[in-house]
Amino acid sequence: MPLSAPPPASGQPYVLSASLDNARHLSSLLRAVHFQDHATCFATANGLRVTVEDAKCIQANAFIQAEIFQEFAVQEESVTFRINLSVLLDCLTIFGTGSLPGTTTALRMCYRGYGYPLMLFLEEGGVVTVCKINTQEPDELLDFDFCSTKVVNKIILQSEGLREAFAELDMTSEVLQITMSPDKPYFRLSTFGNAGSAHLDYPRDSDLMEAFHCNQTQTNRYKISLLKPSTKALALSCKVSIRTDAQGFLSLQYMIRNEDGQICFVEYYCCPDEDITEGEL
Amino acid sequence: MRFGAKIVDLACLNHFSRVMSTITKLAKTCTLRLTDGKLYFILSDKVAHGGVSMWCELCQGNFFDEFQMEGVAADHNEIYLELVPENLSRALKTAQSAKAVKIKLTNKHCPCLRVAVELPSLSSSSRIVTHDIPVGVIPRRLWNDFREPSVPDFDVSIYLPVLKTMKSVVERMKNLSNTIVIEANLSGEMNLKIETDLVSVTTHFKDLGNPPWASEDGYQSSAQARDLESMAEARIDIKKLQQLLAGQQVNPTKALCNILSKRIVHFILLHEDVSLQYFIPALA
Repeated sequence: MPLSAPPPASGQPYVLSASLDNARHLSSLLRAVHFQDHATCFATANGLRVTVEDAKCIQANAFIQAEIFQEFAVQEESVTFRINLSVLLDCLTIFGTGSLPGTTTALRMCYRGYGYPLMLFLEEGGVVTVCKINTQEPDELLDFDFCSTKVVNKIILQSEGLREAFAELDMTSEVLQITMSPDKPYFRLSTFGNAGSAHLDYPRDSDLMEAFHCNQTQTNRYKISLLKPSTKALALSCKVSIRTDAQGFLSLQYMIRNEDGQICFVEYYCCPDEDITEGEL
Repeated sequence: MRFGAKIVDLACLNHFSRVMSTITKLAKTCTLRLTDGKLYFILSDKVAHGGVSMWCELCQGNFFDEFQMEGVAADHNEIYLELVPENLSRALKTAQSAKAVKIKLTNKHCPCLRVAVELPSLSSSSRIVTHDIPVGVIPRRLWNDFREPSVPDFDVSIYLPVLKTMKSVVERMKNLSNTIVIEANLSGEMNLKIETDLVSVTTHFKDLGNPPWASEDGYQSSAQARDLESMAEARIDIKKLQQLLAGQQVNPTKALCNILSKRIVHFILLHEDVSLQYFIPALA
């Protein structure tokens, strides 16, 4: 049940105002990118994008399009602010994270603009919680310049096939090596840990493989500690697309279906670990 | 000084075990007072544990099938023991499928509560697991330290909201702040508030109801004089509140709190056979 926001003071409209009947549609997606305390929120008429970065080599984006919200209005061309994501998540889940059937938390979000806090109004079972979270100057974000024309290799897998692999990654390995090739082993995940190396191969005709477009054999290594948080997005998703470009930059795009069957996306971009050449397999 | 008790009924055992779990969450060490008809778990308000105090009262008849005690003297038929409730709680956890549990005060090398758990066994002789829990005997001259605290001359008395909701909210707020403000009025409204440099969060509860207190001590008359909308408030340590709520595994029959503005919050949680009072002082 949507809440009505209090009338804005001095006639100033909110540059961003949104209503959501089920706050979990937002909180579960944000959790999938929650590996740092801070996030940059970017809102346009199309919806909300929340970006988290680390070490200047990894970036995660959660997209919640305007259609997911019951109401979504942005007064300017775009609205950007930086916010503490841990605090935001604690507020969105103030009534608990348990998904009991029939109980949902309704959310109303309002933002007056630069320098103002983000206001959240949450309601469940007649109890109302009001949150005021301070916002900061938005950071400059990395631009991976990843577009479909530059993609060298692309596969789409059903997430269930990768979930166990990612949950059990050998974390004593510094890197996760990804091999994609039109020839054997087609798609291989490798780790090199204290106990030895492990390789997991997915054949191109596997049931889990929804699409296989590999033009060139590529082997790239990525810092495993940076990629591990993507496991959260993988756990929520039904499908994942894995793409690499000529420089070895990796794009992981997760298709997530929420409780109401609506589709949202989370993507992770990662730079390859520098000290590797293709010869070293 | 003698004490011996026995529980045979599994439901009573589980119930007593739950009570011990709750007490364990609230106090590292506390005083166990034994009388003819009741057991009390007492924490008196020392600075050492943040000034909180606790008074938990059980009718022995509701838990024990057998209960015998002989106090320090005929005219002082009571026993006061200092104990670590977690030890007792752990011992009871091993008794989940027990045939019987016996508790006895012994003094072989030092005073102990001996908990003997009789477990089912395939052979004719039972398996008995014995736990010796060291206790301190509190001498009579110190008994005055452990008297039942009086209900403070509160400003507002109000029923607590659904504990599950209150628990979730306080747990989240605990991630954001060390202190919490609890305020309530005589119109059945309660607010929980936290405020830091980063964030402020307020949860509003309505229609909670205010318990009617008998006007023996003139409580009602002073309450009637109070503006119904005006809030009484206290800022307290959020961890203490979270521990109190986390310890409630079963919904109490009655749950209320009394607020004396800026001084103290007095929680009363009543179950069928256990009553728990918990006092959290306000912070400066």
